[in-house]
Amino acid sequence: MKGTYLGEFEELVLLTVGILHDDAYGLAIVDELEKQTGRNVMISSAHKALVRLEDKGYLKSKMGGATESRGGREKRLYELTHAGAKVLEQSKELRNSMWSQVPKIVWEGSNL
Amino acid sequence: MAVFVLNFLAIFSHPPATFHFLSGTIDKGETNLMPHDQSENETMLAPPKWMTRFFTWFCNDHLADAVLGDLLELYEWRCVKLGRRRANWFFLWNVLQFLQPFALKKSNRSINSNNYTMLKHYFKVSWRNLFRNKGYSIINISGLSAGMVVAMLIGLWIWDELSFDTNFENRSRLAEVMAHQSDGDISYTGTTVAMAPGIALREQYGDHFDGLSLASKNQSHVLSYGDKLLSGSGMWVQKDFPEMFTVRMTEGSRNVLADPSTLLISSSLAKALFGDADPMGKTILLDATTNFAVGGVYEDFPHNSTLYGTRLLLPWESKQNWMNSPDVLSSWTNHCGLTYVLLNDQANLPQINEQIKGLPQPFITGWKEELLIYPLAKLHLYNGSIDGQSAGGRIQYVWLVGIIGVFVLLLACINFMNLSTARSEKRAKEVGIRKAIGSVRTQLIWQFLSESLTITLFAFVLAVAITWLALPFFNTLADKQIVIPWGSSAFWLVSLSFVVFTGVVSGSYPAFYLSSFQPVKVLKGVMRGGRFASLPRQVLVVIQFTVSVALIVGTVIIYQQIQYGKSRPVGYSRNGLVSVSMNTTDQPGLFAALKNELLQTGAVEQVARSSQSAAHFRNNNSLDWRGKNVESEVFFRNVNISPDFGKTIGWSIVEGRDLSNELASDSSAALLNEESVRIMGFDDPVGEVITFWGKKYNVVGVVKDMLTQSPYDPMQPAVFLGDGWQGLITMRLNPDMPLRDALATIEPVFKEYNPTAPFEFSFVDEEFNKKFADEERVGSLAAFFAILAIFISCLGLFGLASYVAEQRSKEISIRKVLGASVATLWKMLSRDFVILVTISCFIAMPLAYFFMSDWLQNYQYHTAITWYIFALSALGAFAITLLTVSFQAIRAAVANPVKSLRAE
Repeated sequence: MKGTYLGEFEELVLLTVGILHDDAYGLAIVDELEKQTGRNVMISSAHKALVRLEDKGYLKSKMGGATESRGGREKRLYELTHAGAKVLEQSKELRNSMWSQVPKIVWEGSNL
Repeated sequence: MAVFVLNFLAIFSHPPATFHFLSGTIDKGETNLMPHDQSENETMLAPPKWMTRFFTWFCNDHLADAVLGDLLELYEWRCVKLGRRRANWFFLWNVLQFLQPFALKKSNRSINSNNYTMLKHYFKVSWRNLFRNKGYSIINISGLSAGMVVAMLIGLWIWDELSFDTNFENRSRLAEVMAHQSDGDISYTGTTVAMAPGIALREQYGDHFDGLSLASKNQSHVLSYGDKLLSGSGMWVQKDFPEMFTVRMTEGSRNVLADPSTLLISSSLAKALFGDADPMGKTILLDATTNFAVGGVYEDFPHNSTLYGTRLLLPWESKQNWMNSPDVLSSWTNHCGLTYVLLNDQANLPQINEQIKGLPQPFITGWKEELLIYPLAKLHLYNGSIDGQSAGGRIQYVWLVGIIGVFVLLLACINFMNLSTARSEKRAKEVGIRKAIGSVRTQLIWQFLSESLTITLFAFVLAVAITWLALPFFNTLADKQIVIPWGSSAFWLVSLSFVVFTGVVSGSYPAFYLSSFQPVKVLKGVMRGGRFASLPRQVLVVIQFTVSVALIVGTVIIYQQIQYGKSRPVGYSRNGLVSVSMNTTDQPGLFAALKNELLQTGAVEQVARSSQSAAHFRNNNSLDWRGKNVESEVFFRNVNISPDFGKTIGWSIVEGRDLSNELASDSSAALLNEESVRIMGFDDPVGEVITFWGKKYNVVGVVKDMLTQSPYDPMQPAVFLGDGWQGLITMRLNPDMPLRDALATIEPVFKEYNPTAPFEFSFVDEEFNKKFADEERVGSLAAFFAILAIFISCLGLFGLASYVAEQRSKEISIRKVLGASVATLWKMLSRDFVILVTISCFIAMPLAYFFMSDWLQNYQYHTAITWYIFALSALGAFAITLLTVSFQAIRAAVANPVKSLRAE
């Protein structure tokens, strides 16, 4: 199982890549993550997660989209792979299934 | 999970207030304002180059471009928002954030960590090996450190020799004037020169020199200040001298010697004379006659300096300086002093020498003399027979000793190799397994090299400690004052490279040999490398013993030569002869009264006075006689003596009579020695007349030759004259009285008759023995090295023997079971080694013979190299070998065979 396990942050990054669709590169991902979660995200953490996710096969990347504001350097653009989409799906299903198993009484109790 | 934790840690490592920017994030809602409309100053918006360069240096290619692009984008935005300065800081912080494994260059990372682990492993394994085989380790380390001690001592000695006189800042330009005299076959070159040449040089060639100073030789002077009475040696020098030699002043100025009543003293003498009081301006009474004011104090000259021991610098112009007289200064033949020059930058020495060569000849008849200027920097090491060109001399000793040092170190390294290869079988399995699980050869080589480096380092630490302890002893032996330069980085650098060199050299053979094993063969247990597997080991043992035997032979011959010189008949009796110098013996009646009183004490049997000690006749002059061949000049040792001199030293008269106290006419009588008679060609010398410095002396007798010069030179002609200056008192002490008592008895007598001088005496036999000092020094050093070489060789042999005994323990047990006796087994085990040592003897002896007969050629009177020296040395080598080997052999032979056989 080791190596395919998906951490919470990694899941968020995967989702963000999905959201950004065709402009998912390091800085944009950081920006989007902060917008969505309200957390502060370090740019190195984002890149680290991206590298790991690519290693695990959930993401693929290509270079492209250089702009002058980047000193003429290209971006590494990320894209979800099939496996990446699948693992997100599984994760969501797992949650849903677990959600449904929590007795109603718990939610009511917590409301008190 | 791990990512999470890292993020978590990162978040909490920053204070919340600054966290926002430090984390490299962008404010929500402002993303759209990212400056895509950047303007003309675009080129300005770049972070410092070194930061980007640093980033690309460590970051791997996969990320470098993309991340740097991101960071630059962020940077530009920040420049607008926060200003350049803060943007720079944030950029640097972002760069540093990427110093994490995921972003680093992959290739570097993996090799580094693996190397580190392997190195750790190697050291662990060598450490364990060191302790598992304690015996071997001790032999190895002590052998190696013995070799290192020798190399280190020799290194320090050579350094000391090479740095001779470097305390003079102008060393490269300082030079000394020398005279090269020749007469027929005899030639002599020395620094003792007449004074007129120096003055001529100053007048005619002064533009080549920045300074020139006439100087006397170091002479002993008596100093008194208040009640203090001390003697110290010093030189009369001209005013430029302290500046030329850049004498280091602790007080006062260098340039005070122009004043004839001012002197400079060394700090040790100042301390002895004045204690802690300020010496400046104090008045010292010199030789009980003249007062001098102290004009300055200088640091004592170091031991490795030409001027070592010069504790006084006296003004040349003083009336007290006997050399500062018109007679001496105008003489070209009275070789009595020294002349130093400081060449200027443009001076071309060979050219100057060519010009000044002929200066003295017009003033000299009777022998040929040339003048030359020799650089001080070369005088110490290249002092052998100088005649215009440089020649050997002391440098040969430096080479010789250096070669010995390298050899002894080599012996130690050989030992190490020997023991390591001998043990290779033990470690062969380890090598096999390592190779089987994937070690490549380079790794094994590194393993064994690191192992030998560890041992070498151990040995080095031990060697430094031993060297430190042995230095005082070595210094006495070598007549040096060497200290370990703890603070010098050069010393540690050399030592370090020395350790690495030794480690690599001594570890190379096992490293390459062991790593070449084939794993399959080794693990199967077939380790016999064929007939010649042990050949290298045997060759190494042979080399070791060759060096050892050669050193033994050399040492024995050196000692024999010294003994030969010592046992030459000296022609008089040295035992109990004491001499005291006393300048005031010329006062009428004083000597007679002193003599009388000394005899009355009963401590003294005979008293006489003379101009020179019987231990060594210094003066050397020409004289005239009937029928002298004017063409060739011969120098005679001339000694002034009182009539009791012969009786006191116990010489024997061959012909005629000794001088007599009763005959007043004996003040113009002379005695010749046999050699003089032979040279003068007299058949009946008694009654002949000789002329010395214009005065005629009647020859009244002939004295048997006495050995007063070098014990290795032929007897020299000498004349003994009945008058002249006789400032040295020689006494024969009463042999029945203990030495201490006798000296205590005569001291007050001298105090009474010679109150202005301290009571200082010397024993004639001690003075005489100083003639052997050089040879004895070489002898002791050779003995020292020989002992160490033997020690190292024996350690090696011991290790090898124990290894062989262990290897063959099964064979020995089986032989024993089948009925072999202990003696047979001992013979079997020792035979191999005896053969090796025999071979070494055959190589060493011709070598030693060749070198030692060459060395003996330096001496006119030398011992013969006889066969029994070689026989004894060989016998000694065999005895040592057998002792070393037998210990192991007998232990193996008497061991219980059951033990060894049951083991499998």
